[in-house]
Amino acid sequence: MLTARRLGKRYGEKRVLRRLDLELPRGGFLVVTGPNGAGKTTLLRICAGLAQPTEGTIERGVSRGQVGYLGHEPLVYRELTALENLELYARLYRVAEGRERIGMLLERFGLWDVRHERVASYSRGMTQRLALCRVLLHEPELLVLDEPYSALDEAGAELLDAQLAELRGERTFLLATHDPAHVESLQSGRLALVA
Amino acid sequence: MTYFRDVGALARKDLLLELRARDTLPAMLLFVVATFVVFHFSLPAHPSKLAASGLLWVAILFTALLGLGRAFVPEREQRVFDGLVLAPCDRSAIWLGKSLATLAFLVAAQVVALPVYALFFRPLSGAAVLGVALADLGICAVGTFLGAMAVATRARELLLPLMFLPLAIPIVVGGVGAGVADSPGRYLGFLGLYDLLFAVICWAAFEYVVAE
Repeated sequence: MLTARRLGKRYGEKRVLRRLDLELPRGGFLVVTGPNGAGKTTLLRICAGLAQPTEGTIERGVSRGQVGYLGHEPLVYRELTALENLELYARLYRVAEGRERIGMLLERFGLWDVRHERVASYSRGMTQRLALCRVLLHEPELLVLDEPYSALDEAGAELLDAQLAELRGERTFLLATHDPAHVESLQSGRLALVA
Repeated sequence: MTYFRDVGALARKDLLLELRARDTLPAMLLFVVATFVVFHFSLPAHPSKLAASGLLWVAILFTALLGLGRAFVPEREQRVFDGLVLAPCDRSAIWLGKSLATLAFLVAAQVVALPVYALFFRPLSGAAVLGVALADLGICAVGTFLGAMAVATRARELLLPLMFLPLAIPIVVGGVGAGVADSPGRYLGFLGLYDLLFAVICWAAFEYVVAE
């Protein structure tokens, strides 16, 4: 699914990644750990196709529409409602039976009752839940999740645990976290980056 | 057909955002009316047709810059661009949707601005109004393209006018010419050609602008 060879990334003079080799088979669950500044987010952005490496090569076994990317920001419009955001993404990501899928995800992540409220009025945890709905909306083959547990309360984290467990094996995961214990039972491998 | 539905969804989203946040259009309206008021009191009474036409185009360009500078703010603030560029839709739909929304704001500002201009300075001929309409297309096509480039940089507020104003010189030449020439046809044709040329370039090149 993902093959990286001697991957490197520089921002000007600053080297963020150096000669990284990576092999993630279909159905794999790779957990990326490391301190702040180690390059986790950069690696995930490269793997999602949102950034280009300055050295080395990366091959993705999926098209860009088959990637589900969760970054540090929720990637939703604050002045739109949850429903409007997801309807826009469903349109752009060619989701068949989008309304049903949106309804199911909003129900699952506990946002159905606030679906007509603007995202600006949501708490951080609710916004993160909406971001997870957005990521899962088009049933991506490759899920690239950067700190998915951040801002989630216990109930939200349990929902995410259940969702990951359900999709484990069916989808391919690349997940960066500071708290690998959460996904220890799911992981098929771990990549520890150093600053 | 799918392409135009994507464009429609993206443009509708921008109009909805503006309807709720009211960040762009009120600022454009206030700016353009204030500019005409300042010009009205700072210029001698009854300026020449050429001078009056020139100041109309100064006001139009800087009002458009105000709108263009804010065009990608919602995408920048929440990094929504990442979500849009990963979508399997044609990336040029993002440019076209944003251009149409910006065009709607610019036209709305001009619906108020042009009568104010006529009141303070001189009535506009049909050719001048047609020139403004053609210029709007070019301004929005080029400005949205450059806005997407500028939004990724730290000096975006500086970079957008630096890139946009030189490319807008032909628009000013065509617009002023359409407003003052005895036979404005060739100036209108020039504006139409500019629109067509730059719309095709921006449409084809947008893919590379949004790639890192």
